[in-house]
Amino acid sequence: MTDTPSARLTGRPSPVREEPTKATGEVAQPGQSADKTTRPGDQQVDAETEQAGLPSEVAALIGKVQYEQEGEFPVEQGYIWTSCSSVENGNPLFWDEQVARAITGGPIAPPTMLSVWFRPHHWAPGRTQQALPLQVHFDLKELFGLPEAVMTDNTIVFYEPVRPGDRLRTHQILRSVSPPKTTKLGTGRFWVIDVEYFNQRGDLVGLESYTGFGYRRGASAP
Amino acid sequence: MTTAMRYQQRTLAEVAPGDRLPTLRYEVTATTVILGALASRDWRPMHHDRDFAVHRNGTKDIFMNTPTQAAWFERYLTDWTGPKGRLGRMTFRMKGSVFPGDTMTIDGTVSHVDVDSTGCGWATVDMALTVDGEVKTTCTARIALPTNAHDNPWSRKGHDWQP
Repeated sequence: MTDTPSARLTGRPSPVREEPTKATGEVAQPGQSADKTTRPGDQQVDAETEQAGLPSEVAALIGKVQYEQEGEFPVEQGYIWTSCSSVENGNPLFWDEQVARAITGGPIAPPTMLSVWFRPHHWAPGRTQQALPLQVHFDLKELFGLPEAVMTDNTIVFYEPVRPGDRLRTHQILRSVSPPKTTKLGTGRFWVIDVEYFNQRGDLVGLESYTGFGYRRGASAP
Repeated sequence: MTTAMRYQQRTLAEVAPGDRLPTLRYEVTATTVILGALASRDWRPMHHDRDFAVHRNGTKDIFMNTPTQAAWFERYLTDWTGPKGRLGRMTFRMKGSVFPGDTMTIDGTVSHVDVDSTGCGWATVDMALTVDGEVKTTCTARIALPTNAHDNPWSRKGHDWQP
């Protein structure tokens, strides 16, 4: 990936808003940040964190559940058809109830629509500000004072199928931060952020894992 | 619809490393880009407003967003597997943008086939979305396929689903 505007934009997949001026300036709504959960494996992460020489305020974020959010609307059939239509996806699972009943126990949404259900309306009454998708990424840029960032890759893992009528919720977890590294883009740090998605029954429906590289062009280590 | 749509279903026995999936070619228009952006609820102007894309982003035109590309890769895979093909995971690397006027080509090759400890059959497919031979996005996917005519990966839950 190169450091061109287009690569930077397309390299930040799924729900991230891409207006750079808004990206680092916005903060989460009060009450949306939470640090409730530790997970198995956190001790191993702690060891890695020590090696990375992280500031304590960053180290404290690793493994913490942040930015819990519920989708603004239930998963809906109309969007499923619009999405399938936009890429001419004729998979009968999404168009034929008999096939869907036989194979998936009823209609489901295309797995890759996972993040669609969390993109906010373009406008909503009374709304003033909201947490950005992948807010943790922007928080890290600010904490390290790194002006540039790219997403180097992302992985989506699919679990329980998402079905029309589901009310999904999501949260973000910082998994790791690397020691300072220098690449052809500049000097900075790599970080891994997981975005987990659940349905109204608490079943994990999907997990997106993003590797970001925050950096300063040609600068010394942060 | 009173009669179920007919479909073809591929099983794991019909898949081997090195197999090439049929090439998909598609003429991308502004409609393709905008339809995809709105279908994925992505209202950002660089995906529908040419002036914004050119003057603010410095790109030559509006460009296809990542969720739309993911949807194209999903469609490409399940066209090949049939509806019992169940996606386990996809890893993307974005290298460049896709613009109106581009002829987008998606190719895929099976790199690995296995049956996991729960008995679920998997194919790993390495795909590339290219324009004029230049790779714009790569995607590696792991997709479950039925191990026989009676198997259905979608019936797996909990510990029996290890994507």
